[in-house]
Amino acid sequence: MSPFLRSYLTVVWFGLAAFLLGGLLLWVASLLRPVKPNREKGMPYESGVDPVGEGWSQSQIRYYVFALLFVVFDVEAVFLFPWATQLERYGSFGLVEMGVFVAVLLLGLVYAWRKGVLRWV
Amino acid sequence: MLGLIASIPYWAQSLLRVLGGIVAVLLPAGTIVYVFLFKMMSFMQSRLGPMEAGPFGSLQLFAEVGKWLQKEDLYPERADRFIFKIAPLIVLSSTFLLVAVVPFGPDAWFTDFEAGVFYALAVSSVSVLGILIAGWSSANKYSLLGGLRAAGQLIAYELPMVLAVIGVVIQAGTMNLQQIVVAQNAGSIFGWDGLGNPYILTQFVGFIIFMIAVQAELTQTPFDMPIAESELVSGYMTEYSGFRFLIFFIGEFATAGVFALIASILFLGGWGVPFAWFGWTSIDSVDNWMNVVGPLIMFTKMMLLVFVIMWVRFSYPRFREDQLQRFAWKVLIPLSLVNIMATSVLKVAF
Repeated sequence: MSPFLRSYLTVVWFGLAAFLLGGLLLWVASLLRPVKPNREKGMPYESGVDPVGEGWSQSQIRYYVFALLFVVFDVEAVFLFPWATQLERYGSFGLVEMGVFVAVLLLGLVYAWRKGVLRWV
Repeated sequence: MLGLIASIPYWAQSLLRVLGGIVAVLLPAGTIVYVFLFKMMSFMQSRLGPMEAGPFGSLQLFAEVGKWLQKEDLYPERADRFIFKIAPLIVLSSTFLLVAVVPFGPDAWFTDFEAGVFYALAVSSVSVLGILIAGWSSANKYSLLGGLRAAGQLIAYELPMVLAVIGVVIQAGTMNLQQIVVAQNAGSIFGWDGLGNPYILTQFVGFIIFMIAVQAELTQTPFDMPIAESELVSGYMTEYSGFRFLIFFIGEFATAGVFALIASILFLGGWGVPFAWFGWTSIDSVDNWMNVVGPLIMFTKMMLLVFVIMWVRFSYPRFREDQLQRFAWKVLIPLSLVNIMATSVLKVAF
């Protein structure tokens, strides 16, 4: 296996290590802790008042526009990173190109701002 | 040193790396909780903090873990049991994936990615998934709202963080964290190399944006709307008790440590000292003892940055939800875009 892939394999080990460590600690805890469930303990906690209706109640998701904007700017960042590493080679040509790109996206943000969707109502 | 590492079989290398990673996650987390959360917070509030367990309460952490181990593991009857149980582990795994990319010395690294900082920003958002499913699976209205609130904040502040880092990448010309460290320490300010060129000087705006975004990503106090223990019953963590709650807690402070490590790499020169002090020119000429001193330098810088984070946390009141969203979208993001363009103009001009 190439060193490149091996370093990514290390990442897999790190992710597994988190689950193993957490699992180990939870297993130790399961040997020590009491298990005495009852109905009251199993009820959702709503500041002492008995809950009414489903836990998965309908709720307004306020930020779907924020989520769309997030995707736009996140993709912008994906394009910006490789450009940033090579800026020295591109010189002023790369600078102007990316200036146009960023300006267009900034215009989108200004448009969203003017439309009033950047308010958390 | 590298030859020594290469002579060990792969499985032993991986084992050593993972053990090193566990130390790099848990040691800062424990130190941060004791030094800052127990002691500094107490002193700022004119009290002593824990004093009973060990000298100056230094063994308090072990007492706490012992206490949490004995707590009953409760879950709501209607909860989505499996997802409810693994959510804290997903948050913790985000921290472990993040620390995998941090270099602690010229040869003391876990992985040496070309796209290091890009990878770090990507895996840091895995914790959002853990938080969302923790809020969803609890089958509790408060938790569901809390999870959505937390996700809204975390995605809003991820953008300023990502965009602030681009300024550093433009200056260093690389995304590899190791090479970013070298670029800072081998650099010079107008020909004077006594300090290297730590990017906190040239990227000061980026540094401020990054630290504000880190504060929000860690949900520390001016931005602790998702948690709000006393008013909103801990948001997405309402239904968690016992050791699963402690895993969320460990994850929070371990991530604080790792983000401080990454900030110290990007802006404060990381593990290095200015190379001119010892006549080094590149990473290959760095002396071997830096593999021991480097982690200590990193730890010092991490403590400094976490001190700042905690100082802000203990000093400021909380932002309202609409205020913090407005701050991210209308101040930080335009500012960081301007910072990117200014940096790139200066980079091309000089």
